[in-house]
Amino acid sequence: MKYIKLITTLVLTLVVFYCLNTKLGSIPPIGKFLDPVSGVWQNDTNEVIDGNVTIKGLSAPVTIHYDEHLIPHVFAQNDADLYKAQGYITAKHRLWQMEFQTHAAAGRLSEIVGENAIDYDRRERRRGMAYGAEKALEKMKDDPEAIAFLEAYRDGVNAYIESLDTKSIPVEYKLLDYKPEPWTIKKTALLLMYMTKMLAGGDDDLEYTNILRKFGQERFDLLFPEFFDVNDPVIPKETDWSFIDTEKTKTPRSELPLDTIRETIEKPHPDNGSNNWAVSGAKSATGNPILANDPHLSLNIPSIWFVMQLSTPNHKTMGATLPGALGVISGFNEHIAWGETNATRDVLDWYKIEFKDETRTQYKHDKQWKNTSVRVESIKVRGAQTVIDSVIYTHHGPVTYDHNFKSDNERAGYAMKWVGHIGGNNQRPFLALNKAKNYDDYVDALKTYTAPAQNFVFASTEGDIALWIQGLFPNKWEGQGKFLMDGSNPDHDWQSFIPQAFNAHVKNPERGFVSSANQHPVDESYPFYVFNDGYETYRNRVINSFFSSKKQFSVDDFKALHNNNYNLKAAELLPHMYAHMEDSGLTPDEKKLLDQLKGWDFYNDIDKVGPSIWRAWWYALYPMIWDEFDSEDEALTSPFTYQAIYLLKNHPEDPFMDILDTPEKETANDLFLKSFKEAASYLTEWKAKHGDYNWGDFKGTYVGHLLQGLPAFSRFDLPIGGDANIVNATSKNHGPSWRMIVEMSSPPKALGIYPGGQSGNPGSTYYDNFIDDWAAGKYHELNFMQNDTATSDIISTQTLTPSTND
Amino acid sequence: MTKPNIINFVVTIILALILSQFLPWWSVMVAGFVSALFFSLKKSAVFFVPFFAILLFWVVYAFMVSSGNDFTLAKKISVLLYLGGNPYLLILVTGVVGGLAAGVSALLGKQLSILGGR
Repeated sequence: MKYIKLITTLVLTLVVFYCLNTKLGSIPPIGKFLDPVSGVWQNDTNEVIDGNVTIKGLSAPVTIHYDEHLIPHVFAQNDADLYKAQGYITAKHRLWQMEFQTHAAAGRLSEIVGENAIDYDRRERRRGMAYGAEKALEKMKDDPEAIAFLEAYRDGVNAYIESLDTKSIPVEYKLLDYKPEPWTIKKTALLLMYMTKMLAGGDDDLEYTNILRKFGQERFDLLFPEFFDVNDPVIPKETDWSFIDTEKTKTPRSELPLDTIRETIEKPHPDNGSNNWAVSGAKSATGNPILANDPHLSLNIPSIWFVMQLSTPNHKTMGATLPGALGVISGFNEHIAWGETNATRDVLDWYKIEFKDETRTQYKHDKQWKNTSVRVESIKVRGAQTVIDSVIYTHHGPVTYDHNFKSDNERAGYAMKWVGHIGGNNQRPFLALNKAKNYDDYVDALKTYTAPAQNFVFASTEGDIALWIQGLFPNKWEGQGKFLMDGSNPDHDWQSFIPQAFNAHVKNPERGFVSSANQHPVDESYPFYVFNDGYETYRNRVINSFFSSKKQFSVDDFKALHNNNYNLKAAELLPHMYAHMEDSGLTPDEKKLLDQLKGWDFYNDIDKVGPSIWRAWWYALYPMIWDEFDSEDEALTSPFTYQAIYLLKNHPEDPFMDILDTPEKETANDLFLKSFKEAASYLTEWKAKHGDYNWGDFKGTYVGHLLQGLPAFSRFDLPIGGDANIVNATSKNHGPSWRMIVEMSSPPKALGIYPGGQSGNPGSTYYDNFIDDWAAGKYHELNFMQNDTATSDIISTQTLTPSTND
Repeated sequence: MTKPNIINFVVTIILALILSQFLPWWSVMVAGFVSALFFSLKKSAVFFVPFFAILLFWVVYAFMVSSGNDFTLAKKISVLLYLGGNPYLLILVTGVVGGLAAGVSALLGKQLSILGGR
């Protein structure tokens, strides 16, 4: 009896221990997690930002002053110490995020979250993300100084990781029950790949191929024109290109493989984009150029940005950094300011590969059989067996789609050719920008930048403004890379690249301002082939007409423009719909709704109902037009908004307007009525469930935690207007991820804000303290410290000191 | 409360406090186990005395750590664990979890002490 009791209690004790010490499903190991001595309770605190910290390998002490926003102002004696301190400080506030994002880039999320992430990881492996990072590192090895800085940063991050214990590791590690691994320079390369995928990893070539096969060339061209009928490009139309003496690649006589492609990999968010602009001194109210930037990305917390000032006796720079990368990415120094928007160029193409046999060791190219290579990807999975995926590589790149992945042909596949796989030292250009003193330095800094291609806006205290569209761009033949190409035909390979000096750019244009908003970079007169692969068509026109509306602009005008909610898209379509819809078919309630909408001034402000009615109407109308594109047997994409509206207005009787499922033959005008009725019933339902549909509530903007938007760590129902395609591009979970305005006085005066907070710790008051001001359209003055003497604005100072036994 | 109960209660807390400085969270299980070995109790007290001892220890500790920070994280963790965002409920749950672990290991300690003929 004694023994039975003993064994029973022993088993019971072990079971209780196991259950409280083990992560079960999404439940953290609850005993370990809730232990007040070393569990999650220990994270319920603000960060320690004072005192001395000893760090190995520093050559001199580094001072870090924190201002009231928890922005660190780092003062180091040399660059190596500076980047070591940047690594340490960034990790101190954002370690979990740094590791999570680079794991995501490398296709290693299954190691952390288990089987649910296997599909995601396989996709990233098949995209060749780690392969691209390795190629980038190879290129960086030609720049030993850059490698030394990457290593300094690495050592700084690792000094922080080594200082952690069970108590002090970030909340997310406790929640998911794992530990940080050492930082490596490859992780910085992976982060840059993460950005490259986000901003230059999209394409619709395979979808376009299906559309071309299904509807023919003429219909394709109507739906996806290379230029829309309006074009207000990044580089002004009047630009003279006569200095370009390289020719566009000649179009070969050849045929495209018109395959049926069933399924494609997930694309980056279509709204990833940005605004930037700068006005010249002559156009500025103070006589100093003014520059602004606001990158539009998914609204996540911890934010993708971390604001810092980085200083040595030779340079001082401040602005938004990317945790994991060195230097300031969008910011300013004593002499210049710069910012980026996405150039959205087609730098990702697909080639059909024909294998010799099922062993897939050889593929056809240039009338020969060439050898493939294999990269064995082993995906470690938490709590399950490692998944092995062998990815075949050709000279084009990885054969992403084959019979093991979204395809079933054992002797064919589709290989990806991507600028992200070519490799490039894309860390160096930012370090050079951080130190640039004038226009020439800026141009020099950008020269070697390859990806993701960006529109780099520039302004200097000397009075110059400029914008270079910089990246590595293939010099394509007319039509090249719009559709799936023939991987065996050498004429289909990328033949050469556009010489860097011939990348489109503009300096001190006559109109007195430069701007970009992801629109078409150029007009038809640019001598190289650039087709519309998803260019924005609304924000650019609002921005450019704003800067043409008066003579001079102030910082307040810049703020107003960032927060401008004018919905040009609605303004271009609604009056047409009012005029052409047969509204005698509306019920009294629907009529009332229409009248409500007619009273709207086209501004997407939070307290208005107009934007909600418009949105409901458009969301009902758009899929009605493109019901022909709703297919489960092949991957298709429906035309861009601008072209859809163009067709509604100019081709109202086009066969695409017909709804296939109905016996009648619909026209655009019929669709207006049908979709309005659908929108009305949707809004009635919405109102019954959620109350009034004023725009703020209807849109429901939120900032979601990086880990699958964990509600506990996210912020919901933020009162902010705007929407996609509006200058204030804030949609539900996407929008201005960093707003910056810099006036080029000496020293420059800057404002900045982002939807998040400097701390990555949900237990810190600095975790989300910028969000309310951001939503309200407010800014924080960035305290650009001119020397390392703490002022009254500094709340605390920490010193990193070299360890004595180095 | 009887005298042995009080002794066990106090010893459990002191042991837990000391052990927690160098052992992981399961130091409370060790504390419950050890005090049951040496300060044997009867019937339900075997479980409930260490249970309440550790519950008190963890509740007070959690409250002290978190109250200094206005329960900023506790509120969020309370949402995460479906406790409606109430930090006090999270504190209580924390205490119960610790208490449960200590109580169960005390049952084992009690059985061992019986075997040892105490």
